Amino acid sequence: MFRKALIAATVLLAAPTLADTPESLMRGYAEQARTTSASYAGPSPAAGRRLFHQQPRDWSCATCHTDQPTATGRHAITGKAISPLSPVANPERFRDAAKVEKWFKRNCSDTLGRLCTPAEKADLISFLLGVKEGA
Amino acid sequence: MRTRSGIRRIDWIVWSLAAAFLVHAAVAAVPPTQAAEPTAYAEECGACHTAYPARLLRPADWAVVLASLDRHFGVDASLDATTRAAMARQLGVDPAVASAATTKAAPRITQQGWFREEHDEISAQQFRSPAVGSAANCSACHAGADRGQFDEQSVRIPR
Repeated sequence: MFRKALIAATVLLAAPTLADTPESLMRGYAEQARTTSASYAGPSPAAGRRLFHQQPRDWSCATCHTDQPTATGRHAITGKAISPLSPVANPERFRDAAKVEKWFKRNCSDTLGRLCTPAEKADLISFLLGVKEGA
Repeated sequence: MRTRSGIRRIDWIVWSLAAAFLVHAAVAAVPPTQAAEPTAYAEECGACHTAYPARLLRPADWAVVLASLDRHFGVDASLDATTRAAMARQLGVDPAVASAATTKAAPRITQQGWFREEHDEISAQQFRSPAVGSAANCSACHAGADRGQFDEQSVRIPR
Protein backbone atom coordinates (compact mmCIF):
# COMPACT_ATOMS: atom_id res chain seq x y z
CA MET A 1 0.00 0.00 0.00
CA PHE A 2 2.77 2.42 0.91
CA ARG A 3 4.70 1.40 -2.16
CA LYS A 4 1.65 2.39 -4.21
CA ALA A 5 1.49 5.67 -2.29
CA LEU A 6 5.14 6.29 -3.14
CA ILE A 7 4.54 5.66 -6.84
CA ALA A 8 1.39 7.81 -6.86
CA ALA A 9 3.12 10.69 -5.06
CA THR A 10 6.09 10.53 -7.44
CA VAL A 11 3.89 10.51 -10.54
CA LEU A 12 1.65 13.34 -9.28
CA LEU A 13 4.56 15.57 -8.32
CA ALA A 14 6.48 14.89 -11.52
CA ALA A 15 3.40 15.35 -13.69
CA PRO A 16 3.17 19.17 -14.17
CA THR A 17 5.59 19.17 -17.11
CA LEU A 18 3.69 16.39 -18.89
CA ALA A 19 0.13 17.33 -18.01
CA ASP A 20 -1.06 19.28 -21.06
CA THR A 21 -3.16 17.57 -23.72
CA PRO A 22 -5.04 19.08 -26.67
CA GLU A 23 -8.28 18.39 -24.80
CA SER A 24 -7.12 20.01 -21.53
CA LEU A 25 -5.83 23.08 -23.39
CA MET A 26 -9.12 23.36 -25.31
CA ARG A 27 -11.09 23.14 -22.05
CA GLY A 28 -8.83 25.79 -20.49
CA TYR A 29 -9.45 28.22 -23.36
CA ALA A 30 -13.19 27.47 -23.23
CA GLU A 31 -13.24 28.26 -19.51
CA GLN A 32 -11.49 31.57 -20.20
CA ALA A 33 -14.09 32.34 -22.89
CA ARG A 34 -16.90 31.55 -20.47
CA THR A 35 -15.59 34.04 -17.89
CA THR A 36 -15.97 36.91 -20.39
CA SER A 37 -19.29 35.79 -21.92
CA ALA A 38 -22.01 34.03 -19.96
CA SER A 39 -23.73 32.98 -23.21
CA TYR A 40 -20.59 31.24 -24.57
CA ALA A 41 -21.73 27.94 -26.08
CA GLY A 42 -18.43 26.00 -26.03
CA PRO A 43 -15.81 25.12 -28.68
CA SER A 44 -17.12 24.89 -32.25
CA PRO A 45 -15.21 22.79 -34.83
CA ALA A 46 -17.11 24.59 -37.63
CA ALA A 47 -15.97 28.00 -36.36
CA GLY A 48 -12.45 26.56 -36.02
CA ARG A 49 -12.52 25.45 -39.66
CA ARG A 50 -13.62 28.93 -40.79
CA LEU A 51 -10.84 30.50 -38.72
CA PHE A 52 -8.29 28.09 -40.22
CA HIS A 53 -9.16 29.28 -43.74
CA GLN A 54 -9.77 32.94 -42.93
CA GLN A 55 -7.37 35.17 -44.86
CA PRO A 56 -7.87 38.89 -44.22
CA ARG A 57 -4.30 39.67 -45.30
CA ASP A 58 -1.45 37.76 -46.99
CA TRP A 59 -1.74 34.42 -45.24
CA SER A 60 -4.24 32.00 -43.68
CA CYS A 61 -3.32 29.07 -41.43
CA ALA A 62 -3.64 26.88 -44.53
CA THR A 63 -0.95 28.86 -46.38
CA CYS A 64 1.75 27.05 -44.40
CA HIS A 65 -0.19 24.16 -42.79
CA THR A 66 -2.00 23.28 -46.09
CA ASP A 67 -5.77 22.76 -46.53
CA GLN A 68 -5.36 19.40 -44.80
CA PRO A 69 -4.10 19.87 -41.19
CA THR A 70 -3.06 16.20 -41.01
CA ALA A 71 -0.56 16.74 -43.86
CA THR A 72 3.02 18.02 -43.68
CA GLY A 73 3.11 21.76 -44.34
CA ARG A 74 5.71 24.08 -45.80
CA HIS A 75 6.78 27.51 -44.55
CA ALA A 76 5.55 30.12 -47.06
CA ILE A 77 8.82 32.08 -47.03
CA THR A 78 11.63 29.69 -46.17
CA GLY A 79 10.20 26.48 -47.63
CA LYS A 80 11.04 24.51 -44.46
CA ALA A 81 8.84 21.46 -43.83
CA ILE A 82 6.31 21.85 -40.99
CA SER A 83 5.13 18.68 -39.25
CA PRO A 84 1.33 18.12 -39.30
CA LEU A 85 -0.60 20.53 -37.06
CA SER A 86 -3.47 18.23 -36.14
CA PRO A 87 -2.96 16.01 -33.07
CA VAL A 88 -4.82 13.32 -35.06
CA ALA A 89 -1.69 12.95 -37.23
CA ASN A 90 0.96 14.32 -34.88
CA PRO A 91 0.70 13.39 -31.17
CA GLU A 92 3.40 15.97 -30.28
CA ARG A 93 1.03 18.86 -31.08
CA PHE A 94 -0.71 20.82 -28.27
CA ARG A 95 1.23 19.16 -25.43
CA ASP A 96 2.77 22.28 -23.86
CA ALA A 97 0.69 25.30 -22.84
CA ALA A 98 3.58 27.78 -23.13
CA LYS A 99 4.53 26.55 -26.61
CA VAL A 100 0.90 26.70 -27.74
CA GLU A 101 0.55 30.27 -26.45
CA LYS A 102 3.80 31.30 -28.18
CA TRP A 103 2.60 30.03 -31.56
CA PHE A 104 -0.94 31.39 -31.23
CA LYS A 105 0.56 34.82 -30.50
CA ARG A 106 2.92 34.69 -33.49
CA ASN A 107 0.63 33.07 -36.02
CA CYS A 108 -2.55 34.99 -35.16
CA SER A 109 -0.62 38.25 -35.70
CA ASP A 110 0.86 36.98 -38.97
CA THR A 111 -2.49 35.81 -40.39
CA LEU A 112 -5.22 37.94 -38.79
CA GLY A 113 -3.08 40.90 -37.77
CA ARG A 114 -4.29 40.61 -34.18
CA LEU A 115 -4.27 38.24 -31.21
CA CYS A 116 -6.79 35.39 -31.16
CA THR A 117 -9.45 35.27 -28.44
CA PRO A 118 -9.67 32.32 -26.03
CA ALA A 119 -12.91 31.27 -27.81
CA GLU A 120 -11.10 31.23 -31.18
CA LYS A 121 -8.25 29.15 -29.73
CA ALA A 122 -10.73 26.61 -28.32
CA ASP A 123 -12.56 26.52 -31.69
CA LEU A 124 -9.34 25.91 -33.58
CA ILE A 125 -8.22 23.05 -31.31
CA SER A 126 -11.67 21.43 -31.53
CA PHE A 127 -11.46 21.62 -35.34
CA LEU A 128 -7.96 20.11 -35.38
CA LEU A 129 -9.04 17.30 -33.06
CA GLY A 130 -12.01 16.47 -35.29
CA VAL A 131 -10.31 16.22 -38.69
CA LYS A 132 -9.97 12.79 -40.28
CA GLU A 133 -6.52 11.64 -41.30
CA GLY A 134 -6.04 11.73 -45.07
CA ALA A 135 -9.59 12.96 -45.63
CA MET B 1 2.74 2.64 21.87
CA ARG B 2 4.59 2.08 18.62
CA THR B 3 4.78 -1.35 17.09
CA ARG B 4 7.56 -2.49 14.77
CA SER B 5 5.23 -2.22 11.78
CA GLY B 6 4.15 1.25 12.93
CA ILE B 7 7.75 2.46 12.76
CA ARG B 8 8.14 0.92 9.31
CA ARG B 9 5.06 2.73 8.11
CA ILE B 10 6.36 6.06 9.33
CA ASP B 11 9.68 5.33 7.63
CA TRP B 12 7.84 4.55 4.41
CA ILE B 13 5.95 7.82 4.54
CA VAL B 14 9.10 9.85 5.20
CA TRP B 15 11.08 8.11 2.46
CA SER B 16 8.18 8.35 0.00
CA LEU B 17 7.88 12.08 0.54
CA ALA B 18 11.64 12.57 0.30
CA ALA B 19 11.86 10.57 -2.95
CA ALA B 20 8.86 12.36 -4.46
CA PHE B 21 10.33 15.72 -3.51
CA LEU B 22 13.64 14.87 -5.16
CA VAL B 23 11.97 13.71 -8.39
CA HIS B 24 9.79 16.82 -8.42
CA ALA B 25 12.81 19.04 -7.82
CA ALA B 26 14.73 17.40 -10.64
CA VAL B 27 11.89 17.58 -13.16
CA ALA B 28 10.13 20.85 -12.39
CA ALA B 29 12.53 23.09 -10.51
CA VAL B 30 15.46 23.28 -12.93
CA PRO B 31 15.95 26.99 -13.64
CA PRO B 32 14.38 27.71 -17.04
CA THR B 33 17.56 29.30 -18.36
CA GLN B 34 19.56 26.13 -17.71
CA ALA B 35 16.87 23.90 -19.18
CA ALA B 36 16.45 26.13 -22.22
CA GLU B 37 20.13 26.73 -22.92
CA PRO B 38 21.27 23.79 -25.08
CA THR B 39 18.27 23.60 -27.40
CA ALA B 40 16.74 27.11 -27.43
CA TYR B 41 18.47 28.29 -30.60
CA ALA B 42 18.07 25.08 -32.61
CA GLU B 43 14.46 24.64 -31.53
CA GLU B 44 13.20 28.22 -31.79
CA CYS B 45 15.01 29.28 -34.97
CA GLY B 46 15.09 25.82 -36.54
CA ALA B 47 11.29 25.59 -36.38
CA CYS B 48 10.99 27.90 -39.42
CA HIS B 49 14.38 27.84 -41.14
CA THR B 50 17.89 26.41 -40.99
CA ALA B 51 19.35 27.12 -37.55
CA TYR B 52 22.01 29.34 -39.12
CA PRO B 53 25.35 28.89 -37.29
CA ALA B 54 26.34 31.82 -35.06
CA ARG B 55 29.47 32.44 -37.14
CA LEU B 56 27.39 33.61 -40.13
CA LEU B 57 26.73 37.02 -38.52
CA ARG B 58 28.66 39.28 -36.16
CA PRO B 59 27.45 39.48 -32.53
CA ALA B 60 26.31 43.10 -33.10
CA ASP B 61 24.12 41.89 -35.98
CA TRP B 62 22.69 39.02 -33.91
CA ALA B 63 21.82 41.57 -31.23
CA VAL B 64 19.63 43.44 -33.75
CA VAL B 65 18.02 40.17 -34.88
CA LEU B 66 17.18 39.25 -31.28
CA ALA B 67 15.92 42.74 -30.43
CA SER B 68 13.50 42.79 -33.40
CA LEU B 69 12.02 39.25 -33.31
CA ASP B 70 8.45 40.61 -33.18
CA ARG B 71 8.94 41.81 -36.80
CA HIS B 72 11.38 39.21 -38.11
CA PHE B 73 11.63 39.51 -41.92
CA GLY B 74 7.88 40.04 -42.17
CA VAL B 75 6.75 37.56 -39.52
CA ASP B 76 6.19 37.65 -35.78
CA ALA B 77 8.89 35.46 -34.19
CA SER B 78 8.61 36.95 -30.71
CA LEU B 79 9.99 35.01 -27.74
CA ASP B 80 9.69 35.30 -23.98
CA ALA B 81 12.54 37.14 -22.26
CA THR B 82 14.05 34.01 -20.67
CA THR B 83 14.37 32.13 -23.95
CA ARG B 84 15.68 35.21 -25.74
CA ALA B 85 18.39 35.68 -23.10
CA ALA B 86 19.41 32.01 -23.43
CA MET B 87 19.70 32.44 -27.20
CA ALA B 88 21.70 35.64 -26.78
CA ARG B 89 24.26 33.74 -24.72
CA GLN B 90 24.43 30.99 -27.34
CA LEU B 91 25.07 33.61 -30.04
CA GLY B 92 27.73 35.45 -28.03
CA VAL B 93 25.54 38.51 -27.47
CA ASP B 94 25.05 40.41 -24.20
CA PRO B 95 21.42 39.57 -23.21
CA ALA B 96 20.88 43.20 -22.12
CA VAL B 97 21.75 44.45 -25.63
CA ALA B 98 19.59 41.78 -27.24
CA SER B 99 16.52 42.93 -25.32
CA ALA B 100 16.96 46.69 -25.91
CA ALA B 101 14.38 48.16 -28.29
CA THR B 102 15.72 48.85 -31.77
CA THR B 103 14.37 50.47 -34.93
CA LYS B 104 17.19 49.00 -37.06
CA ALA B 105 16.29 46.51 -39.78
CA ALA B 106 17.60 43.03 -39.05
CA PRO B 107 20.67 42.22 -41.18
CA ARG B 108 20.30 39.48 -43.78
CA ILE B 109 22.92 36.72 -43.94
CA THR B 110 22.35 36.61 -47.71
CA GLN B 111 23.39 40.29 -48.03
CA GLN B 112 26.73 39.84 -46.31
CA GLY B 113 29.78 40.39 -48.53
CA TRP B 114 31.18 36.89 -47.93
CA PHE B 115 27.82 35.28 -48.80
CA ARG B 116 27.56 37.12 -52.15
CA GLU B 117 31.15 36.21 -52.97
CA GLU B 118 30.67 32.52 -52.13
CA HIS B 119 27.46 32.37 -54.21
CA ASP B 120 28.42 34.65 -57.12
CA GLU B 121 28.06 31.76 -59.61
CA ILE B 122 24.46 31.06 -58.50
CA SER B 123 21.84 32.98 -60.48
CA ALA B 124 18.73 34.60 -59.04
CA GLN B 125 16.65 32.06 -61.01
CA GLN B 126 18.50 29.17 -59.40
CA PHE B 127 17.78 30.57 -55.93
CA ARG B 128 14.09 30.99 -56.88
CA SER B 129 13.70 27.54 -58.47
CA PRO B 130 10.92 25.41 -56.91
CA ALA B 131 13.44 23.01 -55.37
CA VAL B 132 15.26 25.83 -53.57
CA GLY B 133 12.67 28.58 -53.03
CA SER B 134 15.01 31.20 -51.62
CA ALA B 135 18.62 31.79 -50.67
CA ALA B 136 17.56 31.28 -47.05
CA ASN B 137 16.97 27.57 -47.74
CA CYS B 138 20.58 26.46 -47.14
CA SER B 139 19.82 22.75 -46.94
CA ALA B 140 18.44 22.67 -50.50
CA CYS B 141 22.09 22.57 -51.65
CA HIS B 142 24.10 22.11 -48.43
CA ALA B 143 22.92 18.76 -47.03
CA GLY B 144 24.83 19.33 -43.77
CA ALA B 145 23.46 22.85 -43.16
CA ASP B 146 21.45 21.83 -40.10
CA ARG B 147 24.71 20.57 -38.58
CA GLY B 148 26.61 23.73 -39.56
CA GLN B 149 28.43 22.04 -42.47
CA PHE B 150 28.82 24.10 -45.65
CA ASP B 151 31.98 22.74 -47.31
CA GLU B 152 32.10 23.23 -51.06
CA GLN B 153 32.76 19.55 -51.93
CA SER B 154 29.39 18.44 -50.59
CA VAL B 155 27.31 21.06 -52.41
CA ARG B 156 24.59 19.54 -54.63
CA ILE B 157 22.49 22.06 -56.53
CA PRO B 158 19.05 20.54 -57.29
CA ARG B 159 17.94 20.72 -60.92
